[in-house]
Amino acid sequence: MTLIRRGYLTAAVIGALWTMVIATTVAITMSFATGDGFRPSILQALLMGAVLGVVLLRIPQRGFAMAAGVALFVVTLWAGFGPMLTEGVGTMALGVAALLAGLGCGWGLHVIFAEIRPGPLSRHEFEDAIIRFLTGFGYIFFTAIVAIPFYVMVMTSLKNQQQLVANPLDFSLDLTQGWGLFRSYYELFTSYNFGTYMVNSLFISVMTVAVTLLFSIPGAYAVARLRFKGRAAFSRSILLIYMVPVIVLALPIYIGFSMTGLRNTIFGILLIYPVTTIPVALYMLQGYFRGLPQEVEEAGLMDGLNRLQVIWKITLPLALPALASVSLYVFMIAWNEFLLAFMLLDDPSKFTLTRGIASLNSSEIPRQHLMAGAVVATVPIMALFLGLERFMTKGLTAGSVKG
Amino acid sequence: MTAVPPNGTTPLARREARLAWGLLAPTLTSVALVVVLPLLAIFWISFKPIGLADLRPPAPILRESVLGAGEDLRVEYRLRNSSQDKQVTGVILSDILPEGVALRGDLPAVCTLQGRDLSCDIGTLEGGYNERIIIPLAAEDADRTEALAEASLPNVTGKSDSILTNTTFTLDNFARIFNGAEFWGVLGVTLFYTVFGTVGALGVGLFAALLLNKSFRGQGILRGLYLFPYVAPIIAVAFSWLILFDPFSGSANALLVQMGVTEGAINFFGDRPLALIMVTVFEIWRYFPLSFLFILARMQSIDSDMYEAADMDGASPFQKFWYLSLPQLLGILSVLFLLRFIWTFNKFDDIFLLTGGNAGTRTLTVNVYEQAFAVSNIGAGAAVAVVIFLCLLSFSVFFFKFMSREEGL
Repeated sequence: MTLIRRGYLTAAVIGALWTMVIATTVAITMSFATGDGFRPSILQALLMGAVLGVVLLRIPQRGFAMAAGVALFVVTLWAGFGPMLTEGVGTMALGVAALLAGLGCGWGLHVIFAEIRPGPLSRHEFEDAIIRFLTGFGYIFFTAIVAIPFYVMVMTSLKNQQQLVANPLDFSLDLTQGWGLFRSYYELFTSYNFGTYMVNSLFISVMTVAVTLLFSIPGAYAVARLRFKGRAAFSRSILLIYMVPVIVLALPIYIGFSMTGLRNTIFGILLIYPVTTIPVALYMLQGYFRGLPQEVEEAGLMDGLNRLQVIWKITLPLALPALASVSLYVFMIAWNEFLLAFMLLDDPSKFTLTRGIASLNSSEIPRQHLMAGAVVATVPIMALFLGLERFMTKGLTAGSVKG
Repeated sequence: MTAVPPNGTTPLARREARLAWGLLAPTLTSVALVVVLPLLAIFWISFKPIGLADLRPPAPILRESVLGAGEDLRVEYRLRNSSQDKQVTGVILSDILPEGVALRGDLPAVCTLQGRDLSCDIGTLEGGYNERIIIPLAAEDADRTEALAEASLPNVTGKSDSILTNTTFTLDNFARIFNGAEFWGVLGVTLFYTVFGTVGALGVGLFAALLLNKSFRGQGILRGLYLFPYVAPIIAVAFSWLILFDPFSGSANALLVQMGVTEGAINFFGDRPLALIMVTVFEIWRYFPLSFLFILARMQSIDSDMYEAADMDGASPFQKFWYLSLPQLLGILSVLFLLRFIWTFNKFDDIFLLTGGNAGTRTLTVNVYEQAFAVSNIGAGAAVAVVIFLCLLSFSVFFFKFMSREEGL
């Protein structure tokens, strides 16, 4: 173990791996941004990275590290030999790529090497360097896997079919079109009724939230505060219901709705959606109610309020943050729900957004429309979520959420 | 005399229990209607030989038309059985004759007229059979009659034997789904998807939580960003993946070809072992935020004293993780594993949207849809659903045994 834990060896290995990670990342980023031919060369990245690592270990200065990184990439990109290879790329893109990769490489390695020096390393110093490397890699990795699908979604919606087929990597936008970029969105709202779908989705989601709260607040209060036989069994069976797969219920509901004529009605959807969310709302709320001080409620009872008044005047105002997160969460479930809407709705005038997007999935409708629909469905829920992220995070962890 | 605490239920306790049940009543009723009733129905249906076409029971279909004029004026009722092979019994037709119209000649033998109420007892209508009833009329004003006759809608009732409600039972559905290698293939795919999806999402989530378990500027933004896959509508992200990995015009393939990893395009969601791996990767990608969130919440509640003590004793970062953090996280990890295992097992939309269950990705839940709607055999679909439900029950027994020890999620 002490043999591996030597400064030069550690620096060489981490330098090699980090240069490879940066070269790959920048190559992918530049490809997605410009559509030009960037690619990493793993072998050369490893070799040159190892050398760079050893050099930066000798001279631990940030300015030098960045300069060395940029110099390495400028020279190798220009020479056409090195960690990153290109094919028919303009000078501008080359410069940007060299700068990005160089800075990422040099500065990154400087930070990673903060605690190591030539010679034998203590276990602490060695592991710290590895953890710094893994942390850097982790940020790049997670940001990439989360951002790429959304990037593709948004950019595809702004292009047209020929551009997409000609070079699937080219996501650069022709800004001279101005508003023409948003043609797909315009068409969705004018000829595909997405306005109606959006209103339907909004109406259904809001109603679902209202009904869910109306049902689950008294239920949660009863489970949290009142003593009655079968309380333990009840709070368990709530969780159990929460685990029944929707597809198992969807089949008999489909049959029942077909026979009673509730299929294809928004009313029918509104009968089902709240029930799928009531158990989780009840579970989340009762957890919160339990944490509220009981003394305040007892004082209220002493002063002559009855239980319902206590709930209305004392418990609910105290539980507002929990109500907000439960509402948000239920709204998210209802807004994103796909399976039941897909099975139960056939009439385009009653589609929800998710059902509407499903109807765009045909070979006759261009793909940018499909992606524009996806963006239209995603943006409101994302905006709501980012705006109220604090509540959402809390609500999600409070209720051990269904997926 | 000393005060004795009351034993048994006091009136106050009874009142409290009554209130509790009152407050729970709406929830209980709705859950019973939408969850318990369908569950019972699915058990019932799974023993029935029923297809998609049998959902509408055979019924008599009626058309009324006014024909001829003057001397020849008549109303014609045409009855048809909606089913080709099943009979409808006790068919009765009733209608109201309009004002200013009189009967001309005799009524057909099956009909009676009382005042203006016309009633015809047709009896049994065989499968695929037609029946025609003609009532000759005399009217003062032919045009008005026609309008009036069409204004009052005739009514027709009949009894038929619906396969859903009769007492024919069969074990064919179960025999059919357990038959042959197909079922074991489906079960194998389900287990692969569930086990690797769950473990992968937990592992990736743990990694992400370790990354963000320190405060720095932009931590909130990153946390929000990392939740995107979970918060976005499933249909939006599934289609984005399909377009990203499209074999003909997908960016992922173009990228791989450009980087020299592959010669031709790879059909990510269409080739046999790869499609299953891809849907599992998708599952991990979509649900790692959830485990990440829970693990992060637990991490932030671990007491920092312990780490300081470990620092004093000279523990290295990996030792601290292995001997301090991991034992503290074990509880939440196992609860998450069980929950995610059950929910991944139940997952339907993801695979349905990505591959439709083709290319060796058909899990049990997709099989329900496949049997019920693609093969149009609702009974077999219900039988698969029953199998899923039984699996779920056995998981949850295990889960609750475990949960009672690991309370405090």
